Amino acid sequence: MMNRIDRLFKETKGEILSVYITAGYPELGDTVPLLEALQNHGAHMVEIGIPFSDPLADGAVIQDSSQVALRNGMKLDLLFKQLEGIRPAIHMPLVLMGYLNPVLQMGMDTFLGRCRHTGIDGVIIPDLPPAEYDARYREMFSAYGVHNSLLITPHTDENRIRRIAELSGGFLYLVADSSTTGARNSIGDHQVEYFRRIHDMGLPVPGLIGFGISNRETFLTACKFARGAIIGSAFIRAIGESGTLSLQQKVEMFIKEIRGA
Amino acid sequence: MGFEVDDQGFYGDFGGAYIPEMLYSNIRELENRYLEIIRSDEFQTEFRQLLKDYAGRPTPLFRAERLSAHFGTRIFLKREDLNHTGAHKINNTIGQILLARRLGKQRIIAETGAGQHGVATATVCALFGMHCIVYMGELDVERQAPNVKKMKMLGAEVVTVHSGNKTLKDATNEAIRDWINHPVDTHYIIGSVVGPHPYPDMVTRFQSVISEEIRIQLQEKTGRNYPDYLVACVGGGSNAAGAYYHYLEDKRVRLISAEAAGLGVESGMTAATSLLGTSGIIHGSRTLLMQDDDGQIEEPYSISAGLDYPGVGPLHAWLAKSGRATVFAATDEEALQAALLCSRKEGIIPALETAHALAVLEKITPGPDDVVVVNLSGRGDKDMETYINKLGI
Repeated sequence: MMNRIDRLFKETKGEILSVYITAGYPELGDTVPLLEALQNHGAHMVEIGIPFSDPLADGAVIQDSSQVALRNGMKLDLLFKQLEGIRPAIHMPLVLMGYLNPVLQMGMDTFLGRCRHTGIDGVIIPDLPPAEYDARYREMFSAYGVHNSLLITPHTDENRIRRIAELSGGFLYLVADSSTTGARNSIGDHQVEYFRRIHDMGLPVPGLIGFGISNRETFLTACKFARGAIIGSAFIRAIGESGTLSLQQKVEMFIKEIRGA
Repeated sequence: MGFEVDDQGFYGDFGGAYIPEMLYSNIRELENRYLEIIRSDEFQTEFRQLLKDYAGRPTPLFRAERLSAHFGTRIFLKREDLNHTGAHKINNTIGQILLARRLGKQRIIAETGAGQHGVATATVCALFGMHCIVYMGELDVERQAPNVKKMKMLGAEVVTVHSGNKTLKDATNEAIRDWINHPVDTHYIIGSVVGPHPYPDMVTRFQSVISEEIRIQLQEKTGRNYPDYLVACVGGGSNAAGAYYHYLEDKRVRLISAEAAGLGVESGMTAATSLLGTSGIIHGSRTLLMQDDDGQIEEPYSISAGLDYPGVGPLHAWLAKSGRATVFAATDEEALQAALLCSRKEGIIPALETAHALAVLEKITPGPDDVVVVNLSGRGDKDMETYINKLGI
């Protein structure tokens, strides 16, 4: 079977909307209901964040959601148990995003085996260096049929971008600015220049833009230069707000706003 | 088996640079240039001059007669407590500020726990007129108020960190996040031999002036340039790395690392990282660290704010694992009693961190003719409140 990420990029004509959630947030049992709601309301792909005590690349919103999730009792082992049996009802591609330490404690081989077993299509591990991935884990990922999407930033030089794109499976994660997650909420000229530069390189793997994509306007700007975009902090903030709306309603409102539906 | 960092940034199984791509260009720039800069004559001249005229080096190696008589051996104290700002930390911040200037950086960031590294960073930033931002956990800001005031008097901006557990680990996370958001104009002065390569090696090199001086001073005082035992406390491990550096390959020298046992190694309230920790990744480095079975990093405990770091520098992880260093853990109570002993026997009030190294003298058994050097890494002024409360003074 073709990896669902590859099929998504092959079969989708328009912009791809990928949404980040933190596993076990806002409530421990919300992981799967969120996936269902996101699929129902038109997200194309979901990145499920594995909460970590020390999320170096994340801004305040995702840090806080990770802390809440850990206090709720979320663990990587429990996450895999929650994801047991979600296929085929959840048919969109799913990506696990997390820091290297929890993955290494489980063991990369066990982790990838459980990804394959539960129907996880790809992973993003920001603090796993590309060279170490290539030397130690690339063949293992390939054997399990799990993609590893790597990151580039405005400061990544051209040779390195080509090398990282070649190593990336599924898609290349274009970090929109030199920032932690959720630190910006607009797209400036220097970023547009960077997006155009990457677009014009004609890389062998499609790109998704993330970090600082927070509303319809920034989503559409990103989609001019890449196949789609990833929304994280803005979504976490939206579902974390107190009020009378149900989780389903919050998801519906958020996705509608982004997709302009 | 070597103890120098290899070209991939590893000490045996430990080290490396496990950083997100957002930090790659910063770390790469540093990695490409630090050795060339540090080795240049022009850098060395300025560095040595400042160590001498500003920090007050060389620090004395003092023959501690009454402690020697007490323990029945020959004890020397390397007086890092006599440095400007009261600890060895200034050796590193002088080195890094000179490096930052040569890299063209205008903005300096640092993390601090007890505040000693924060003060040492604020000090060199004042000296060179650089903009200084120090990240400090909310709990530490409360516990170490005098050092917060010192940093502010020196012109630094102190940012209170509310994330995570609000201590050193979280202050370090926040400094790293700042660096991600300011990749071009900012240099991050890490305070210990931790973090991604090349930091552990770079900080070790700046601190290695300690062992360089010990060699010369021991030769003068004992007729040979090495001790039988070399004792230092290890939190992240910068004073120990500096004291060990020139003796790493010299097997005649027994390296003795003192970690903080807190309430006891088995108590669950401890910072005995290399005794209890397991291999994992913290702040961009693979090392021994305190973590749960899910890979979440745990908050350690020690009475000493300078030793309650959940990891240990990768060099120290390798020294412990390879057996090159012997690690002992001293409890809060043992450290307090050792601080009292040193005060009463030698007229020197040591920092609580250093007191753990002194406490380990009870656990080793040097002969009467053996030479024991203890790195007296810092002075006890900052810990007077704890001493007063805990020792009933």
